[in-house]
Amino acid sequence: MNRSRSRYLIYIPLVLVTIFYLIPLYVMLVTGFKSFDEISLQTMWSLPKSGLHFDNFIEALSKLAPYFKNSIIMVVPAAIISSILGSLNGYILSKWKFPGADLIFPAILFGMFIPYQSILIPLVQFMKSINLYGGVGGLILAHVIYGIPITTLTFRNYYATIPKELLEAARIDGADIMGIYFKIMLPISLPSFVVVLIWQFTSAWNDFLFAVVLTGSQSWPVTVALNNMAGSQIIAWNVQMAGSFLAALPTLLIYIFLGNYFLRGLMAGALKG
Amino acid sequence: MASVTYSNVWKKFGDFVALNDLNLSIQDKEFLVLVGPSGCGKTTALRCLAGLEEITSGEVRIGDTVVNDVPPKDRDIAMVFQSYALYPHMTVFDNMAFGLKLRKVAKEEIKRRVEESAAILGIEKLLKRRPRELSGGQRQRVAVGRAIVREPKVFLFDEPLSNLDAKLRVQTRAEISKLHHRLQTTFIYVTHDQTEAMTMASRIAVMNKGILQQLDTPQKLYDFPANQFVAGFIGSPSMNFFPAKIRKDDGKLVVDAEAFSVAVPENRAGPYHAHVGKDVIFGIRPEDVHNPEFVPSGIHTAPVEAKVDVIELMGNEIFLYLLSGNNQYVARVDPRTRFSVDQKVQMAFNMDNFHIFDVAADPENPVAIR
Repeated sequence: MNRSRSRYLIYIPLVLVTIFYLIPLYVMLVTGFKSFDEISLQTMWSLPKSGLHFDNFIEALSKLAPYFKNSIIMVVPAAIISSILGSLNGYILSKWKFPGADLIFPAILFGMFIPYQSILIPLVQFMKSINLYGGVGGLILAHVIYGIPITTLTFRNYYATIPKELLEAARIDGADIMGIYFKIMLPISLPSFVVVLIWQFTSAWNDFLFAVVLTGSQSWPVTVALNNMAGSQIIAWNVQMAGSFLAALPTLLIYIFLGNYFLRGLMAGALKG
Repeated sequence: MASVTYSNVWKKFGDFVALNDLNLSIQDKEFLVLVGPSGCGKTTALRCLAGLEEITSGEVRIGDTVVNDVPPKDRDIAMVFQSYALYPHMTVFDNMAFGLKLRKVAKEEIKRRVEESAAILGIEKLLKRRPRELSGGQRQRVAVGRAIVREPKVFLFDEPLSNLDAKLRVQTRAEISKLHHRLQTTFIYVTHDQTEAMTMASRIAVMNKGILQQLDTPQKLYDFPANQFVAGFIGSPSMNFFPAKIRKDDGKLVVDAEAFSVAVPENRAGPYHAHVGKDVIFGIRPEDVHNPEFVPSGIHTAPVEAKVDVIELMGNEIFLYLLSGNNQYVARVDPRTRFSVDQKVQMAFNMDNFHIFDVAADPENPVAIR
């Protein structure tokens, strides 16, 4: 009795917080469905009155389509490459500790705490010097490198839970250091790959700063294009909001459909198989 | 099939000495059990043989080959781990076939060997399952199966039964003995359980603190322990020990343990004359402390006064926890015994079967006087 009542009490703050976080999404959606005339600060909370204007979304999509393509071309390799590198790092750092490994691991993690802003100028200089400035390639490289600390941490922690006997059995069976990685560790690290891929996908997709600094207008990802869609004189807020929704859609869908795997993967180390 | 030799093997982890000048020869086709308390070096000895640890100095040989620098996969050994260490993402078949695949054995040959091994272990029906779908006992069999498909020269077992429940452990013990008989290969088996050692081994190597204490057949180890550690480790309940002095009374030797003294029979007195007046440890096994009513005929006994402290009924026998002076000790007596707690009784020590350990030779671990 007491327990079920306290259970309901938990729901109250949860529901309040959920509503709070959904407010921007609400405004984004209702504005996206309004006609241009309906938009004003006074009516920003109200529902669209003249029916749903899907044409805003079509207009936004047509404007953003090439940049969506850029985003995908950038995000997919960035997520995959940094996951693979993180997995290799994690494997070596957890299972083949070499002298100095305990210094290198914190050094890699330190990368997580360097703010994007503080390295922008050297980053641009560096990209120019290796001829990757202005294109998608440079952006991929930046995201891959910025992703390595978190991917390494995730994989290292996951591999640390894998008993060393498993590797020893494989060594006796005849596998070498890379054989063990490809035949034993890689197949059982799917839960961590799900976590890391989702994480990297989201952070690269949502990134604006690296993208705006490193890419030219031909290779803008959708976040930068969205920002530049707003005209300098008049802003078509309905189209802008429809575009924002479209730009947010991929990450939204990933969390809705893969959220369970994400949580399960995060917990994978904690639960014994 | 091969012999295994450790010559002057040292293994140090920093300052900790895990193997202290280990010398051990294991014969071809032998079932050798390494036994000792945790941290005694038994598992380290096994891992050094497997190549999972590098030895600090000395020499390990399999057959005539020195394997110090040979990687594990080329030592022609197979190992069964305590945790089984099955590959979780592979079926039972693939778990067993993994080592053969890496050795590029032909597919049909792999299939034949896996199926044959599975038949020996009675796991034919599990070949398509994954480890998580198996019970503890089944996993253990798969781990053994993974070892036997490789047809190695030497099998290594690292406490393979300690994750099984008591009943299954007894059953599997017998099966491993049978397997050894059938395969006719060298088995090296590590355990902390002296019962496992006694029941399965052709010879037992008792280890403590990185030092080999004694190497002998189970019966000889039980009857003639080389020192107090081995005497106390082998046998359950453990041997009773009493600090004592050897005294000469009217030309006859007497073991004087303060609370009691017992006469040494003439025929066994020989080796002890040199120790008259010295500190010794007197040892007697629980089954050699009898209720005087039920003493087997033909043994020499000595009477000892005692008080009953605790009585444990086991059905086929009774364990009495007795007090004589400050000494607490255990007797394993006839089930017809009708003693009650706090009762003053007179026990009969079987003086044909006692042990005396020389304290002066090694105060930490007194050495048997022979």
